[in-house]
Parts: sequence; C-alpha cells; structure tokens
Amino acid sequence: MSGHAFKEFKINWGMVIDLDKCTGCGACMTACQVENNIAPMVDASNKMRTLSWMLVFELSNGKPAPEAEVAYLPRPCMQCGHPACVPVCPVVATDKNEEGGIVSQIYPRCIGCRYCMAACPYHARYFNWEDPIFPKGMEKALSPDTSTRPRGVVEKCNFCHTRLMHAKDKARQDGGDPEALAEGAYIPACVEVCPTGAITFGDLKNPEHKVHQLSKSKNAFRLLEKLGLKPQVYYMSNREWVRKLGDNYAAGGKPGAEKKHS
Amino acid sequence: MEEKKQCKGCWGALPFVIGFVAAVIAGWVLYPDLIYSKKTQPVNFSHKVHAEQGMVCADCHTFRDDGSYAGIPTNEKCNECHSDVVGTNPAEKVYVDKYGKTGKDVPWLIYQYQPDNVIFSHKAHESLECTSCHPDMAKNDVPPTYYQNKLSGYSKQTMRMWQCERCHAENGVSNACHVCHK
Repeated sequence: MSGHAFKEFKINWGMVIDLDKCTGCGACMTACQVENNIAPMVDASNKMRTLSWMLVFELSNGKPAPEAEVAYLPRPCMQCGHPACVPVCPVVATDKNEEGGIVSQIYPRCIGCRYCMAACPYHARYFNWEDPIFPKGMEKALSPDTSTRPRGVVEKCNFCHTRLMHAKDKARQDGGDPEALAEGAYIPACVEVCPTGAITFGDLKNPEHKVHQLSKSKNAFRLLEKLGLKPQVYYMSNREWVRKLGDNYAAGGKPGAEKKHS
Repeated sequence: MEEKKQCKGCWGALPFVIGFVAAVIAGWVLYPDLIYSKKTQPVNFSHKVHAEQGMVCADCHTFRDDGSYAGIPTNEKCNECHSDVVGTNPAEKVYVDKYGKTGKDVPWLIYQYQPDNVIFSHKAHESLECTSCHPDMAKNDVPPTYYQNKLSGYSKQTMRMWQCERCHAENGVSNACHVCHK
C-alpha cells in the first residue's frame, strides 16, 4: 500500500452518533464554529467556500409522500485509523501520531496544496479562500483555545483537541492519571451542546466508556467502510435504509460490503 | 599572457570580497539591532530582593484549581504585601502609586510569550525545575531588556521549537504535533 503502517494507540478517541436521535437542529455546527474561531463569511451562500468542520447532512429514503422519511447526519472529521489525508501531505502538516488517534493539522506548516482535501472521501477538510474577518466586537469573543487560520491553509475538526489538553491538566491537578481520563472528562463542543444527546464521546478501546459498547452494537456502522480507512466516528440507526446509505454506491453498484470492526 | 589574465582576475574579485564582508557585518551586527525594538518593564521589578526574603517561585506564580497556570501574578497578589509602600526601593513606590492603588494591572512584558498556535502546560512540566527552561530569576536584580521583533511582534527571548523538541526527544516524550500545537 502506501507504506504508511497502521498505527495502534492505547486510546482511540471516538464518537458514536445516534442518527435516530439527531433532529438536524445544527447546534453542533454552531458550537463548533464558536469553539474553533471560525469567522462568519461575508457571503455564506457559496457552499464551495464555507468552512464547517462539523456539517449536518440531510438523508432521504427517496420514497414518495406517505413513506417519505428523512434523517440527519452530522459529519465531523472521522479521525481515520488509516487516514487518506496523511500520506499525501508533502510537508507533514497533518499527521496521526499522537496517543488518542486524533489526526493533527498544523496550520502554519500547511502550504495549501489541498492534496489532503482531494484524498479525504468524507469532505471533512476545508480550505481558507479568504482571511477570516471577525465583525467588530466579535474578536473579544474569540476562544484562546484555537488559533485562527489565515488565507491559504487547510483546516479540519480535531475533536476540540485543546479540551483534551485542559482535561489532562485538570487530571494532573486532581492527582489523577492524564492518560486514563474518566468518561466525560473530555468531550468536544458539539457533544456537549447536542440537545438530544445524539453524540456519545469517549475512548473506543476503554470498556468503561459507553462508546466502547455502542460501537459494537448491531446497528452501528461507519461511513464508507469498504474503503478500509477505519474511521473513529461511528453512526447508529435502527432504520435499515439509513444504515445502507453509510456505504454510498453508484446506481447499479453492488451493495453489501462486509462490516468489519477493528 | 596567461599569468597576466589570472592576475587581473584576482583583483577583479576584490569588490566581491568587500561586498561579502560588508554583507556579513550588516547581517550579523547591524540587522539584529534594526529588527528588534528594545523595551523595558513598566516596573523595575527585582526578583532578587524577593528571593532574599525566602520566597520561592510558586509563592507568586501559581496554578489555578483547574490545573491551568496563572503565570504572572495580578495586582491582587502583589497587594497582599504591597498595598502600601513597605520598603525603600523607588521601584516599589512606582508600583504602589501607578498600579497598586489605581487598580490598573501592570502591563508586564512577557519574555516567554508564545505564538497563538502553541499550547504549553506548566502542570505537565511541574516535576522539572523552573530554571531548566527559565533563566535563574532569583539572582536577577534588574529585569532584562525585552527585545521585540518589529515584524512578528514576538519576543526574542522566547523558547524555540527546537528546544522543546530536543528535551522531549531526550526524555522519550512524544513530539507529536498536537502535543504542543493547537
């Protein structure tokens, strides 16, 4: 393959998003924008240029009125176990090398070639076409926990990584082990704000965390599992048509790829 | 004929040698003076005087309850002892009159100020001596001049990425990007 070996970590921070609980309200998107200092755009109608680390998609079963059903799918960065974006980066501005398995993105190092954007099948990466402009007064509300990005670099969700660093500091202060955080000690902004509790967050490898069991449930699936990127974000739904949309096939393609859990 | 040509070549190189030497002097001696502006601290604070009273770093530079680092103390901390002039040092009078009594925080210049995309945890480095990274301030009587890069606005005296990386590598600590960057 690419020569980039699969890296095993003792901790795998991950999400399980219950699509039956998601109402598509978009609170996660808003919380994400605030937490991560994403400037409001002058013209946000151009969806080719908006920045939304967390994006809610609308799914439809494609049936006419009486049987018509919709579902909403929040899409953060999948923090893939085998990320497609990392080996293509010519300057190592993105890497998966830290305990916890969060894929890092270092903005000052990024040269804006956008290979990673082409490589990511989840469209989780965004390019800054313009310098961020914060309306007067809003700069006072900027979070000190995320650096702002200039024009010309790629950015993406990092599971609110600074929150992890703060949680580790809190654990150290309280005499705990920063490498064995309790459930709930570290959660991203989208998880915290979700009004229906659709997103569960924790260490996928730790049996004491809820996500460990949820990710193994029979209704759990990952997006485009056939690609073998091993995302650390799981989805679950009782509805079969929703689960089937997890692997997107061209019309006439062959559905039903094997579901594998790492 | 050939010798003559070579000799001509020797003298022809002289302007380049002069130019090179001039460029080296300009780059190593003159340029640093141009690029950095020199600033002095608003209060002529002496760490030495405080250390001689038997105080340690952690008496003023404290952690908050959530494990974050408070860094340079606020007026509240200073006023615990200096709500009024207690000594004879003129610097103390400057503090009390200009800041302590007016409630205006001292705009200290922070030598170790890091770029926006760096995250550093003092808590994670608590087991180390302060002096492994910071100068031995206990011996410092006059605050050093603060050199600010006129272009970037950053302090000249701040810690460099290679210094962090070297210590991490030597001690077997991860040098993953997100360990220090945000």
